[in-house]
Amino acid sequence: MAQQQEVMQKVVDILRPFVKSPEALSAVSMETSILKDLKVNSARLVDIVLEIEDQFGIAVSDEAADKVKTVGDAVSLIMKNAA
Amino acid sequence: MTRRRVVVTGLGVLAPNAHGAPAFAGALREGKSGIAFHPHLASAKFGCQVGGIPEGVEALQRRYLSEEELLAMNTNMVYAAIAAIDAWSDAGFQRPAAGDDRVDWDTGAIIGTGIGGIDTVAEKLVPKVEAGKVSRLGSTMPEQIMSSGNTARVAGLLGLGNQVSTNSAACSTGTEAVIDAFLRIREGRAERMLAGGSEGSSKYIWAGFDAMKVLNRTRNEAPAEASRPMSATAAGFVPGSGAGVLMLESLESARARGARIYAEVLGGSVNCGGHRMGGSMTAPNPHAVQRCIRAAVEMAMVRPVDIGAINGHLTATFADPHEVRSWQSALGLAPEAMPLIHSTKSLVGHCLGAAGGVECVAAVLELHHGFVHGSLNCDDLHPELGAFASRIPHRTVDVPRLNVIAKASFGFGDVNACVVFGRHA
Repeated sequence: MAQQQEVMQKVVDILRPFVKSPEALSAVSMETSILKDLKVNSARLVDIVLEIEDQFGIAVSDEAADKVKTVGDAVSLIMKNAA
Repeated sequence: MTRRRVVVTGLGVLAPNAHGAPAFAGALREGKSGIAFHPHLASAKFGCQVGGIPEGVEALQRRYLSEEELLAMNTNMVYAAIAAIDAWSDAGFQRPAAGDDRVDWDTGAIIGTGIGGIDTVAEKLVPKVEAGKVSRLGSTMPEQIMSSGNTARVAGLLGLGNQVSTNSAACSTGTEAVIDAFLRIREGRAERMLAGGSEGSSKYIWAGFDAMKVLNRTRNEAPAEASRPMSATAAGFVPGSGAGVLMLESLESARARGARIYAEVLGGSVNCGGHRMGGSMTAPNPHAVQRCIRAAVEMAMVRPVDIGAINGHLTATFADPHEVRSWQSALGLAPEAMPLIHSTKSLVGHCLGAAGGVECVAAVLELHHGFVHGSLNCDDLHPELGAFASRIPHRTVDVPRLNVIAKASFGFGDVNACVVFGRHA
């Protein structure tokens, strides 16, 4: 659980430059939608996945990347790949 | 078809010697040069190691743009955005608040560029593609390298819903944009248009001109003296960068909202010399230049003697005397009866695709405030311009009754653009 919190914080830090609603970050949860709640431009998901790959040293397939909708999806993806 | 009057109600400029219309007006009056020595040009073994680059942009862009917006913007786009936002605010409009989903269908933008996002191409796109790392490019390449990236970003920042496009006509780009926008409003297709030009500051933009040996390589140790339009010792232009954007507006709209009116756009003309009669990809057909000037003046319905000043293209190449002769021939005036002739490039260098925008802002400020700024570095006037000596001011002169100013830009491709601004009455 502590590790999940740590990963989530890193994901939030990765998302921070891409969000158009910075205030939504203060109430972020695993259910927070990256596109709808944080107002991230959908094209930027590509950049976010690249950052995740770099920072966690993992490879994310296009198929897996397409399934990331929420902060929790990103955290799960990272934990599964890092396991 | 309606033929409406069009006025200038906002000015935005990010120039090598000043940011913002009031500071730029002051810099013009004072004869402040924006040309500096740039060590990175020396390191890259440029012959010309001086240039005009707007100062303080790193801090400035964070005042105007969010981190998210800056992620996908190169210098060309940043310069355009700052000048466009300034023109918008100067015209009396507020930037839309975050979350404001409304579109301003009556306002558009034509902000041209000559070269565009070549810094992004050179520094990011090419190295990654050549290294086989296409998948590492991220999502921001197309919007930074598409020619229309500068204007597209402005549309998003301000919620513009009328025509949003980027024109490109080499060094006549900015002036052409102003004329295109003027005609669109005149025809009733838009109420307001942000119009002008932008050009990034990149050694990759300037290198080709340096290789052509059209940049001045004789004054690296004296940057403020390097841009020498109309001088006997002119030895090529000095590269510049930045953006100049004007808010053009229908007179009805401007009156309805009680806007300040800087000037009226009286007429404009754009043409090409067809690379004939002495014209080529890199040289102007003088007959086309004269036709362009005459057409703009005729459309403006002013007499040549009514024109108080010419803000010329005047880059500091061999073409300057030819340009002045073309103005004289087109206006049909004796040299001593010509309007005051001067070059804003003597202060800011040649801002390429931004030149017309920056210099149209200069011309409108001169008209509005009643002065003609001095043309620097031509105390040693070119011998072929001797007859015009009394009409070329070296220091700023007050001209309270300056009622009409003509601004022209000419570009590679043998293209020409001339616009005539009048004091609004």
